[in-house]
Amino acid sequence: MIFEYAPAPESRSVVDLKPSYGLFVDGEFVDPADGGGFKSVNPASEEVLAEIAEAGSADVDRAVRAARTAYEKVWGPMPGRDRAKYLFRIARIIQERSRELAVLESLDNGKPIRESRDVDLPLVAAHFFYYAGWADKLPYAGFGPNPRPLGVAAQVIPWNFPLLMLAWKIAPALAAGNTVVLKPAETTPLTALLFAEICQQAELPAGVVNIVTGAGDTGRALVEHPGVDKVAFTGSTEVGKAIARSVAGTGKKVTLELGGKAANIVFDDAPVDQAVEGIVNGIFFNQGHVCCAGSRLLVQESVAEQVLESLKRRMALLRVGDPLDKNTDIGAINSAAQLARIRELSAAGEAEGAERWSPPCELPERGFWFAPTIFTGVTQAHRIAREEIFGPVLSVLTFRTPAEAVEKANNTPYGLSAGIWTDKGSRILWMADRLRAGVVWANTFNKFDPTSPFGGYKESGYGREGGRHGLEGYLGV
Amino acid sequence: MSERVAVRKTYKLFIGGKFPRSESGRSYLVQSANVSLASRKDARDAVVAARAAVKGWAGATAYNRGQILYRVAEMLEGRREQFVALGVPADEVDAAIDRWVWYAGWSDKLPQVYGGANPVAGPYFNLSAPEPTGVVAVVAPEAPALLGLVSVIAPAIVTGNTVVVAASPTQPLASVTLAEVLATSDLPGGVVNVLTGAITETVPTLAAHLDVNAIDLTGVGDASLATELEVRAAENLKRVIRPAPADHDWYADPGLTRMTTLLETKTVWHPKGV
Amino acid sequence: MRRLPGMTATATSARSDLSELGRSETALRNFLHGLPGVDQVGAEQRAAQLGTRSIKTTAKARAIDLAIRMVDLTTLEGADTPGKVRALAAKALRPDPADPSCPHVGAVCVYPAMVPYVAEVLRGSAGSGRPSGGPDGNAPAGPGVVHLASVATAFPSGQAPLEVKLADTRAAVAAGADEIDMVINRGAFLAGRYREVYDEIVATKQACGDAHLKVILETGELATYDNVRRASWLAMLAGGDFIKTSTGKVPVAATLPVTLVMLEAVRDFRAATGRQVGVKPAGGIKNTKDAIKYLVMVNETVGPDWLDPDWFRFGASSLLNDLLMQRTKLTTGVYSGPDYFTLD
Repeated sequence: MIFEYAPAPESRSVVDLKPSYGLFVDGEFVDPADGGGFKSVNPASEEVLAEIAEAGSADVDRAVRAARTAYEKVWGPMPGRDRAKYLFRIARIIQERSRELAVLESLDNGKPIRESRDVDLPLVAAHFFYYAGWADKLPYAGFGPNPRPLGVAAQVIPWNFPLLMLAWKIAPALAAGNTVVLKPAETTPLTALLFAEICQQAELPAGVVNIVTGAGDTGRALVEHPGVDKVAFTGSTEVGKAIARSVAGTGKKVTLELGGKAANIVFDDAPVDQAVEGIVNGIFFNQGHVCCAGSRLLVQESVAEQVLESLKRRMALLRVGDPLDKNTDIGAINSAAQLARIRELSAAGEAEGAERWSPPCELPERGFWFAPTIFTGVTQAHRIAREEIFGPVLSVLTFRTPAEAVEKANNTPYGLSAGIWTDKGSRILWMADRLRAGVVWANTFNKFDPTSPFGGYKESGYGREGGRHGLEGYLGV
Repeated sequence: MSERVAVRKTYKLFIGGKFPRSESGRSYLVQSANVSLASRKDARDAVVAARAAVKGWAGATAYNRGQILYRVAEMLEGRREQFVALGVPADEVDAAIDRWVWYAGWSDKLPQVYGGANPVAGPYFNLSAPEPTGVVAVVAPEAPALLGLVSVIAPAIVTGNTVVVAASPTQPLASVTLAEVLATSDLPGGVVNVLTGAITETVPTLAAHLDVNAIDLTGVGDASLATELEVRAAENLKRVIRPAPADHDWYADPGLTRMTTLLETKTVWHPKGV
Repeated sequence: MRRLPGMTATATSARSDLSELGRSETALRNFLHGLPGVDQVGAEQRAAQLGTRSIKTTAKARAIDLAIRMVDLTTLEGADTPGKVRALAAKALRPDPADPSCPHVGAVCVYPAMVPYVAEVLRGSAGSGRPSGGPDGNAPAGPGVVHLASVATAFPSGQAPLEVKLADTRAAVAAGADEIDMVINRGAFLAGRYREVYDEIVATKQACGDAHLKVILETGELATYDNVRRASWLAMLAGGDFIKTSTGKVPVAATLPVTLVMLEAVRDFRAATGRQVGVKPAGGIKNTKDAIKYLVMVNETVGPDWLDPDWFRFGASSLLNDLLMQRTKLTTGVYSGPDYFTLD
């Protein structure tokens, strides 16, 4: 029997979208000064979801001033235990409205509902819970007896995990006593705007959280605004470098969480079925729109054929399609621009002589889609082994010895994450010591937790988000 | 009987554990001595030496690094009078010695204070530990010549980084003399490299160098130069320690930030199962 | 994307002859300990992830009918009587007397002493040997027949002399069982005496004659997934036609991750040898939702080749009524209740 799963769509009715959204400044939704706007579309259908206000420099200025006032008058002086209560409140509302948020995230981002429901939203709530508890314990965080907030934090986040990145930014900033102006990505602003409503629902004091929507210009205006004390950015290394240049000489404290080209290293004694799952999860989770994706598979030559055969068999089971179908494994590529980039790099992979393979796969006609793809016969010299593709494309390389695996894994300007698969404990520790990456997953991959610091070496950025370490970027220590 | 003619010291660079002259053959007159005027090429050579030393130094045990830093304090104590003769106040020498001792003790404690187990919500072992970032370019403060220098070198190397230091251009003699102390303290060659001369000549090269992981601008007094260097450092996202305020109290407790800014936190996950 | 038929593990290129392994304790040990390890957390997460598949409407209807056909309707109580097992056999033939379109179950599974009474109902008389298939006697319409399985080999502990266990097996087959569910010697397995376990399976297989041999690993006593994988391979190498999780007589019976590891084993075994072996989770599968999770796991681990009662069974008793209730719900649109299904 062929076991076809009937469509199992999650209902959209739980989400009540407005036709248009303003900027969230000083506790209220307001129209932008110049009335500009843009559209947020569903990448799975290209349907327009809502009209979004575009913040110009006057709007950014207004938001920063609101945040400054809130910092000086309300949030800064407020006892930590009270800040904690607001954060706990927010965490609870997120849990209560998690289905709504998950559906909206999948609509706006294109990620499968299974992931927004089972990964993004639980982590978002957990982040607020975790940092809520820190708000009244900062002197015990190990940064001296009297850690002080920095002031106003400018936060610019990407489109791959819109609400989760918001949580990674806002929760520690607020716990530490800062106020924030956050700019969500222009293709995925909706959950941030719903979060603004949650702030209202939690009766968070006005101006503590401000959300300005827009594209690169808005982000630049925010980061370069002289009234901000802290810049936190997650996104591309290219933009990260531009931010590092623009804040030079200003004294603004900076946290950058940028690109990656992680090696996922599979040894011949790996628990192979779990390793294959780890490879799949490593590169196809969230359509590969993951900065720490295991985009380079380094497999020991002696088992390469076997691992690849298993991997292909497993890839043939991946269900690509409607992000709201509960059985979808791979959703839509977030935007036409990102799809073009994935296509361009994949074409380069072929042109440079790597062998391309995808399982037979029907892609929907409308929307932005890319079949899960692997390239074999890749060398370190290929563009697809060096550049971040940020899509469901895996480059497969082989190695012979542990030392060679380390050498190849580290042979990149990035250093965000790495994976190791072997049943030998001492080898894991030997490898983990030598891999130049901020997160090393051994016999697992793409695991996240609010208590666990995340961030990169080298051009993957600096500073850590998550855990006790995540507070440091928001404290004057 | 005629008076003995003194043997004068040649003040040279300190690169890879050796004391070469500047490859440019230049020197400059300062503190009544001819001191090597390091070139951009010297800066690049120093980076090569520093990079070569990373593996061994970062790979040494924390206990070993702590012992070597303590050995530096011992050696400095023995040369106390030599620094006083160079014009360094005695209490500054004492403070510099004590600073080595203070940092020596951090080598095997900072990973415990700054890292640790993370209680993740799942069946995983999860541990964060700090690691050295690699090669650090350091602009030593103009003054205090010895304490300032020690206060920027020690926190960088105690955790396993290696450094290329641009010494105080106006008071370089203490730097070169400290290099002599380091050379006799079991510190592996290349862990500390000292360039004397003009900051404007060597430091822009270091700031732009893609094989340098971090830059400490503590001694850059000129704000626009500091900004320019920070902009250059952004090219490979170097970790940056910004210039110290002019009124910085070098005798105060240094805190952890100098060390932690030059560290990378690595978090390792592993499932727990049978 | 949908999976294409035939896209399963059939790497027929490099088939190995593993038949010699059983001759040497060392060879057997080296082989079993050379199998890839199983990471517990990873295996359990994969199983949990498959458990989130949402099977609705038409897919659910087909899955329920398939699950009914895969049930080994089981009673293994000291209190079993001829009357009790006859009723069970009748239910196996016609699980839902009100609906002739309802398929029959895969088999009835009883103690050896009860086999003749079940055989009377299923075949009209006590026979021997494996039916060749097709309706005969009292067998219902529809594909295949209801098989008659019996637990032999001093079930459930297996703690009896080999001769006794073999006699138990022969008796069950002679009384009409066409499937034998044997237990492995877990004591010997855990003590590392793999050859002893292997030889017992070989001997039991021989005693089975034409009857199919299901080898119960009693995974709840094997403690680790590594052991489950090794025991699975050991059972397959020794000639087992099916590998089965549990007796149902120890606290931990079938689980999704254990079944996942066993499915991976049969998939890899076929890739290595070309021989297909069936899988039977038994015990603890109580409702339709659970059963469908297993079917999803079969679908996404070994593929359609195993989505057939010849290759996958559920050892269960109360599961059947829940399947029937859900089936009725789908056909009528109304939630049913236990009073509307026979209790046998």
